[in-house]
Amino acid sequence: MTADTMGLTFLAFCLPFLGALIAPALTRLLGHHAAWPLALVPLAVFFHFLGFNAEIARGEIVTGGYAWVPSYNVSFSWLIDGLSLAFLLLISGIGALIVLYSGGYLKGHPHQGRFFSFILMFMGSMLGVVASDSFLMLFVFWELTSITSFLLIGFDHAREASRRAALQALIVTGGGGLFLLAGLLLIWDVTGVTQFSLLMSFGPELRTSPFYLAILFLVLGGAFTKSAQFPFHFWLPNAMEAPTPVSAYLHSATMVKAGVYLLMRLNPVMGATPAWETILPAIGGLTLLVGAVLAIRQTDLKLMLAYTTVASLGMLVMLTGFGSEHAIAAAALYLVAHSLFKGALFMVAGLIDHETGTRDITRLGGLRRAMPVTFLAALLAALSMGGLPPFFGFLAKEEIYAALAGGSLRQVAFTAAAVIGNGLMFAVAFAVALKPFLGAPTQTPKHAHEGPALLWIGPMLLAVTGLVIGLFSAVAHVLLTMPLASAISGAPQTITISAMPHLSLAFGLSLLTVAFGVGVFLMLDRARAAANRLVEDIGWGPDRGFDQGMTGLVRAASAISRLVQPGRMETYMTATFTVIALALIVPPALYGEWPRLPVWPAGMPFHELAVMVLAAVGIAAVLMANNRLTAIVALGIQGFCVALLFLLFGAPDLAFTQFMIETLSVVILALVMTRLKLTPRDPRPLREKIPDGAIAVACGLGFALYLLKVTQGRFDTALSDFFNLYSKTIAHGANVVNVIIVDFRGTDTLGEIAVVMVTGLAILSIIRIRKGRVSP
Amino acid sequence: MNTLIFRTVAPFLTALMALFSIFVLLRGHNEPGGGFIGGLIAVSALAIFGIANGISAVRRALWFHPMAISAFGLFIACLAGLMSAAFGVPFMTGLWVYPVVLGVEIPLSSVMLFDIGVYLVVVGAITSIALALEAGDDT
Repeated sequence: MTADTMGLTFLAFCLPFLGALIAPALTRLLGHHAAWPLALVPLAVFFHFLGFNAEIARGEIVTGGYAWVPSYNVSFSWLIDGLSLAFLLLISGIGALIVLYSGGYLKGHPHQGRFFSFILMFMGSMLGVVASDSFLMLFVFWELTSITSFLLIGFDHAREASRRAALQALIVTGGGGLFLLAGLLLIWDVTGVTQFSLLMSFGPELRTSPFYLAILFLVLGGAFTKSAQFPFHFWLPNAMEAPTPVSAYLHSATMVKAGVYLLMRLNPVMGATPAWETILPAIGGLTLLVGAVLAIRQTDLKLMLAYTTVASLGMLVMLTGFGSEHAIAAAALYLVAHSLFKGALFMVAGLIDHETGTRDITRLGGLRRAMPVTFLAALLAALSMGGLPPFFGFLAKEEIYAALAGGSLRQVAFTAAAVIGNGLMFAVAFAVALKPFLGAPTQTPKHAHEGPALLWIGPMLLAVTGLVIGLFSAVAHVLLTMPLASAISGAPQTITISAMPHLSLAFGLSLLTVAFGVGVFLMLDRARAAANRLVEDIGWGPDRGFDQGMTGLVRAASAISRLVQPGRMETYMTATFTVIALALIVPPALYGEWPRLPVWPAGMPFHELAVMVLAAVGIAAVLMANNRLTAIVALGIQGFCVALLFLLFGAPDLAFTQFMIETLSVVILALVMTRLKLTPRDPRPLREKIPDGAIAVACGLGFALYLLKVTQGRFDTALSDFFNLYSKTIAHGANVVNVIIVDFRGTDTLGEIAVVMVTGLAILSIIRIRKGRVSP
Repeated sequence: MNTLIFRTVAPFLTALMALFSIFVLLRGHNEPGGGFIGGLIAVSALAIFGIANGISAVRRALWFHPMAISAFGLFIACLAGLMSAAFGVPFMTGLWVYPVVLGVEIPLSSVMLFDIGVYLVVVGAITSIALALEAGDDT
């Protein structure tokens, strides 16, 4: 990769984020027409990556990147093979259409600019996920997609359902990301590499490692939550609270496919083990069936599609782990086909909602005259989703059956699951594409008419692409699906399937699926009732479980908070100082490491002794003072004496600071006293004073012992020698203390002054609260 | 405490102490002193002024909200650290220049800028606490 292409590729990864920066201003300037220039951002990314197509089709791999934190061997590096490229093209291509679509969909929305910004940020994160070579970069972008999808799902933040869905998606997918991080760290530990491009040759080590199962479960924890596999599927339908462009984008080509991407990326090194080939198909197959049955149950267009997305993701996971000859090819085909038709159908659903004011399938009908273009797009997409020739979906389905069908019990079971799942999805596809358009027109909240070009251009293009790929499958295989399948399996793959129906077992199963699908479609109302009964009989679901878990968490947290934060200053002080005293006294008592008693220094100058006596007098005055203010001032005496001692022993900086601190503490303590309106005298009775005094004495004694012990140990002068030696030569300063503070350990100081400032802010707000005023 | 003598002397004392705090701040690299100590001296100066003439006088004299001063200090301290990035050296590396003004060589450095940041953070944060405690009404 030449330096030029490398820079351009890096720019392509940054471009969506730059677009996100200017999107709000641009939208303020151009209104919803900002969609046109903004769509150029993903389009430019799309064409940049399209340029790699020839290399990738030849079986080459494009890598590049920059060192990020060289000391930790962390780099910003990318790996573009067939798998990444297919995802990059889908994300940027569909992204461009989604930007246009949101231009029309959110026309006139006061926060449209913000929406563009979020969606571009999400796009950038997603591009990062699928192109990351280094583990850490994958994790960072992975969590960025969780965060940006949180913003997108909760875009309509005034509604509670939106906020709940957004939080749920964030907790489920972001939490899963933490599993992924642990899994990646384990992989690093086992193999010693942090890049996928290097990992590819470590398959045997990884598969035979004793940590294999742990790694597998951790990685699956990340992938299954992101890709909404059962029992984590519940966040996906709830995320339908988002505006439709978000649903169309997140749930077709991007967010939910990230988990599938991860599994596909790891398939060459982690696949082909009994655990892999049991867990993935089992969970995937279960998700397929659960998703398909729940989809039948819905009457809301978006929810119907959302549950079929769950089912399709199950199908992809099942195929990725199935381990037969055609399974990987089938996964590759289905991945692309699904992104195209699902994106189109979601946009159609949003378009119907936008133009009629409802998404309820029972209230829609007869729109074919009012919305002919939408009808055509919906029909084309549904034909692909239903898997009818010559559409792309047909190729995928043929390949799926070729992969699954066989004589063994395992093959029969999964074939049955696929037929049932596909049949139900067929019914849903045509329910979405036909029911709203055929029959007698119904009364809808808005008078239905065709949407503007911005809205139908996206679904139409996606649906037509599905048809074109189906028709010219030979070209598509060479350019797109064969490199994709090869990257997933780790070995060159050939795909020959075409749209020509041919007599085979797979074709027979296809016919069976269609027949079953048509049957369900005709009896959709009865099927819906049956699915409803089934779900009601089960009752409890993971969605409710999530709520129960969250409520439990909040309850436990508040119980613990009440326990450790009772809100009484005395309790905090007593607890803190008791622990300090114990920490200082218990360890030497346990290990018998008491310091030696110090000997009285001979020839101690009179003035030093005088200062010490003065300090003792100050302490005595504190104890004897019957007025709090007097006690505070008397405490100052002791502090000044200590400062004097510092000065006598040659630490002017320390002494200087101590003087100032003492002065200011007296001032501030006096102010606090007047503000808190404390009584001038200490009201504690003797029985309270004695335990408090005991704690104070124990603390003082502990510190004295500790300091004695420290000074009796051998003093390592390495550090002070270093600072004395280099203070002048390197840091150009004669005052070693200051040079340490601002130069040698400057970063520490930076942290400390940040703490000083934040503490100041905190104290300021506490004072304001005490005034009974809520600060903004 | 609020005697006529104190009220009359306080502004001069404050000015003197403020000047001294800047002196301590600037000489800190070679002699005892530095941002922390200088900042504390300046806070004491403002405290004296506040006790003598009331907090609204201090607020007027400061012009900015003390918390803003503190935040600005943190900002320039960060800036002093980040300056090294422009020269391709690690974060917080000290950078020195020696311009000659009127025939006198004046050593200036990012370290000094950092120390000024420390000074401002300390002045701002502690003054705002003291003022807020002293104030009966306003923040």
